[in-house]
Amino acid sequence: MIRDGVRHPFARLFAVLAAVLAVFLVAPLLITAPISVTTTRYISMPTEGVSARHYIRIFTDPAWRGALWDSVRVALGASALALVLGSAAALGMWRQAGALVGAVRALILMPLIVPPIVTALALSGSWVRLGIFDTTGGVILAHAIVALPFVFLTVSASLDGLDPRIEQAARSLGAGRFQTLGRVILPNILPGLGAGGLFAFVISWDEVTVTLFVSSRAVFTLPRKIWADIRDNLDPAVAAVSVVTVLVTVAICLAVVGRRR
Amino acid sequence: MGEGYLPFALPVLALLIGVYVIPLVAVLAASVTDPVPGLANYERLFTADGPRRVLSATFRICALTTLLAVLGGYILAYAVVSAGRRGRMLLLAAILVPFWVSVLIRAFSWLILLRDNGLVNDVLIGLGLTEEPLALVRNELGVVIGMVHYLIPYAALPLIAAMQQLDMRVIAAAKSLGATDRQAFLRVYLPMTMPGVFAAGVIVFVFSLGFFVTPAILGGGRVMMMSEYVSVNVLQTLRWGFAAAQATVLLVITLIAIGALSRTVGLRKALG
Repeated sequence: MIRDGVRHPFARLFAVLAAVLAVFLVAPLLITAPISVTTTRYISMPTEGVSARHYIRIFTDPAWRGALWDSVRVALGASALALVLGSAAALGMWRQAGALVGAVRALILMPLIVPPIVTALALSGSWVRLGIFDTTGGVILAHAIVALPFVFLTVSASLDGLDPRIEQAARSLGAGRFQTLGRVILPNILPGLGAGGLFAFVISWDEVTVTLFVSSRAVFTLPRKIWADIRDNLDPAVAAVSVVTVLVTVAICLAVVGRRR
Repeated sequence: MGEGYLPFALPVLALLIGVYVIPLVAVLAASVTDPVPGLANYERLFTADGPRRVLSATFRICALTTLLAVLGGYILAYAVVSAGRRGRMLLLAAILVPFWVSVLIRAFSWLILLRDNGLVNDVLIGLGLTEEPLALVRNELGVVIGMVHYLIPYAALPLIAAMQQLDMRVIAAAKSLGATDRQAFLRVYLPMTMPGVFAAGVIVFVFSLGFFVTPAILGGGRVMMMSEYVSVNVLQTLRWGFAAAQATVLLVITLIAIGALSRTVGLRKALG
C-alpha cells in the first residue's frame, strides 16, 4: 500500500490522545469485575474477601434463571426469523432497479431509521390487536422486525460482492433458478448469512425499548430484568451478568478475528 | 440473469406493512385526533413549559454528544489508520468490544462509577481535588458521558473506512511542495475527510435523538429526553395523542437528518 510510504502528520499526538480515549472506552467495562465478587448484598468494592454468591444467584435464582431462559428462547427465535425474512428481502431486491426499488429499500430499513420508542409505540398497539401481546411469539416477531434491516444490509452486501459469473456458469450448465439459489448462491454467501444471524442474535439479546412495550409479565427477558433492577435497587447480580456478557463478547470477537486471518 | 428473485421480497413487505407500517401511521395519526381533532397536541408541545424544556434538553444533549463523539471518533480513526499493526489491533479491540456490549450494562457501569460514592468521586476526594463529591450523574453531564461512550464507536467505524480510502500521495505532494505538518493536516487531510465527518455526525445525531435507556438511567428522572417523555406519556399519564405528537416530531427530525445524509453521501454507503 502507498499509505506505508507516507507519514501521517501528528501521528504521535493522535496516538497519545487515542490511547486516552481507548481507556475511556474500555475502563467502564472493567469496573463491574470487582463489584461482581463482593460479599455484600449492595454494590461495593470487595474489601472483606471475595465471594461467588452473585454468580451462583444469577444461575440459580428463579427470577434470573427465568429471564435468562426467556432471553435465550427469544434471541434464538428472533435471529432465525430475522435471518429468513432479511435474506428473502435481500434476495428479492438483489439487482433490482427502478423508481420503486428505492422506496422498498427505505421501507425495509424503516425499523433501523425510525427511533426505537416510535417503533415500540407502533408495535405495542398492533400486538394487542393481533392478540400476541406479552407472548413469546410476539416478542420474537417484534425483535425480528427490529433486527431485519441489519440482516438485510449484511446479506445484500454479500450478494453484491458475488461474482456474477458463477451464477451464469451454473445456469448455463443447466441448473434451474432454485437449484442455482440453493446450491450456488446461498453456499457462496454463507459468511454473510452467518454475520447477519449473529447480528440479529445480539440485537435481540440486548433489546429493551421495544420489549418494554410488547411484553408485560409472562415474557420477562434478561434486559427487562436488568432494567427493573437498575431502577429499583442497584444489585451486584447485575455486575455478575455484566462480567459474563463482556467475557462472552470478547470470546466471540476473538473467534471472529481469529477466523478472518 | 435479469429475472432476479423479486417474489422472495413480497411476503416480507406484506408482513412489514401489515404489522408495522400501518400501525405506525395509525399511532402518528392519533396526534391530530386524540383526545379531540385538531392541532392542540402540537400547540402544547411547542408552547407549554414542560414539553419545551424536554425539546431543548434533547437538542442540547444530542448536539454536545454528536460533537464530542465525532471528535473522539476522528482521533481514534486517525490513530487506527496511522498506527502500526499492533497499535491498530489494540485500538480496534478498544472500539469493537464496547460496541458489542449491552447498552444497559454500559449505563449500569457508568452509574456505579459516577455516583456520589462511586470510584471516580472516591479518587477525586482521595487526591484532594475536591472535598464534597461532584455531581457527575443524575444530570445532563452524566447523560452526555454515557451517550458519548456509547456513540464513539459509531463515529469511529465509518471514519476509519473513509480514511482508509484516502490517497496519501496527496499528503506526500503537499509536503514536497513545502507544506508543514500543520498545513498538510489542516488544509489537505482534514478537508478531504469532511464528507466522512459529516456522515458520522448525522449517524451519531440520529442515534442520539432516539436514545431511551442511557438518559433514563443516567439522568435518574431529572433529565428527560424525548424518547423517555413519550414513554412517560403513554405508560403513566396515558396521554396517547400527546405522546403521538412527540413521536411524530421525533420521527420528522430523524427523517430530515437522514434525508440530508442521503443527499450528500448516499444512505447505503453511510450505513454500509
